[in-house]
Amino acid sequence: MTNAIEAQGLVKIYPARRGSSEVRALDGVDLAVPEGTILGLLGPNGAGKTTTVRILTTLLRPDGGSARVAGFDVVKQAQNVRRAIGLSGQYAAVDENLTGWENLYMFGRLYEIPKAEAKKRADELLEQFNLSDAGGRPVKTYSGGMRRRLDLAGALTGRPNLLFLDEPTTGLDPRSRLGMWDVIRDLVREGTTLLLTTQYLEEADELADTIAVVDTGKIIAQGTADELKAQVGGERIEVVVSDRKAVDQALELLKGVFGHDDVDMDAHTRRLTGSSSGGAQQLVEVVRVLGEDGISIDDVALRRPTLDDVFLTLTGHHTEDVDTEGSVG
Amino acid sequence: MSALQAGPLSDAMVITWRNLKRIPRIPELAIFAILQSIMFVLLFAFVFGGAIPLPDGGDYKEFLMPGIFAQTIAFASATTAIGMAEDMSKGLIDRFRSLPMARSAVLAGRTVADTIYQAGILVVLMLAGLVVGWRVNNGFAQFVLAVILLLAFAHVMAWIGIWIGLSVPNTETAQQLTFVTIFPLTFVSNVFVPPSSLPAILQPIAEWNPVSTLTAATRELFGNPNPYVGDGFPSQYPILVTIGWMVVLLAVFAPMAIRKYRDASK
Repeated sequence: MTNAIEAQGLVKIYPARRGSSEVRALDGVDLAVPEGTILGLLGPNGAGKTTTVRILTTLLRPDGGSARVAGFDVVKQAQNVRRAIGLSGQYAAVDENLTGWENLYMFGRLYEIPKAEAKKRADELLEQFNLSDAGGRPVKTYSGGMRRRLDLAGALTGRPNLLFLDEPTTGLDPRSRLGMWDVIRDLVREGTTLLLTTQYLEEADELADTIAVVDTGKIIAQGTADELKAQVGGERIEVVVSDRKAVDQALELLKGVFGHDDVDMDAHTRRLTGSSSGGAQQLVEVVRVLGEDGISIDDVALRRPTLDDVFLTLTGHHTEDVDTEGSVG
Repeated sequence: MSALQAGPLSDAMVITWRNLKRIPRIPELAIFAILQSIMFVLLFAFVFGGAIPLPDGGDYKEFLMPGIFAQTIAFASATTAIGMAEDMSKGLIDRFRSLPMARSAVLAGRTVADTIYQAGILVVLMLAGLVVGWRVNNGFAQFVLAVILLLAFAHVMAWIGIWIGLSVPNTETAQQLTFVTIFPLTFVSNVFVPPSSLPAILQPIAEWNPVSTLTAATRELFGNPNPYVGDGFPSQYPILVTIGWMVVLLAVFAPMAIRKYRDASK
């Protein structure tokens, strides 16, 4: 299988400014995305996700390394790359004062589509994205979710084989987010190669074949969602015991359920955490053994790993600790 | 490659179309641009004008209107700067840069559309001028030449506006910056008063000021009162000097604007 995206050792340095030293936004990023697959670029703000996308879509020149997109060099053959790709950004880059239809027609014309066909394409896309009724209204009257759908439709006007979505659901309410996921899934079913960035492990898990975790300009882990979760330790069961005196007793009981080394205890918050491989069944088991010994509990939950857990495991720091300066541009 | 057939011209036309479409959707912009100019007409024609004698006589309203045209055209750079800063901050420039379109099209389309927009405003102002008593006293050919000069100047101002719009962090700064530079330029000039009434130090500035030379050039072409400062070159050959200014300003600002655009997202 050929790679739709290939990058070796991408480096991007933002020069020092008053009060801040230079920022190595990318510090040697390697990527390989086979045709027809979805790569999720996962990381907190400022990790270098957007910078990577901007280099791969020819908006930014790398200071080091090289990348080929759709077989073309992103620096030397930028115009060929632009013909092959679609980009939808973090904020909806559509003209607020034009109608939805006018925006799509304009993008179509700029993708070198002849007039008559560009008109047809605009109608088609509005239909596909459920915007036909709003197509004649200026975009400034649209909701956030509608704008985002129009932005995505704009990225598709040229029928690209390769799509870049930079945080497609950031800032959307949960319902619009689910709607967006459906739209993205449909696209991919048609064989489009997709690179998507996200701050949410859940989203990468839901949409991507492969996930690359980015932190401070480097890719620190890559694999399927399951592989990553296995590294993180998968699901966990958390119990908060009501009585501090019962914590030690509970710890012994849980060691019986999870195995000797797989339980952590925080006596101060009366919280016990076990690495679970048995899911809901194991949760029932935990409640049962504690109940049999008469230990009352305030809270019990099955926790799936979050991006924060992935980070904590892979880097030893929480996502909030990451310097956000790299998000420039 | 297909870049040659479809090409920069078609892309520039699409962007021009887009920029013209926006104008009626934000009517406030055009309305306030016209109202501002009309306010100056009314203030100077009917409030201050009576106290401003012209050295060689002549009607103050006829003297004033070409100055108002030039002032309005000079402010054209603000419209462009604000529009460009807005496209930048909204991410539209990124969108355009990710499309397989000619790099020149965004700037060419913007400057052409803004020039057409200024032509529309000029028509409204000329009608307003006729209402308050401005008259064209020379032939049709000179009238056309004056209009061409004004619109060519508007085009040059649009290029300056692009450079400003891409250099500032947001639309508010674009607006402030153009206003604080253009306002003094239109007051230290022959727009509202005969230049001989200005303090001696300011007279050479007012004489060479491109807004002054444009005003003097159009006064001459329209056949309106045109009191000169003296025998300086700009006073003697305002049309020539205005054309010279346009060439110089375009040669300086267009490459700077293009460079800014090319590096827009570094």
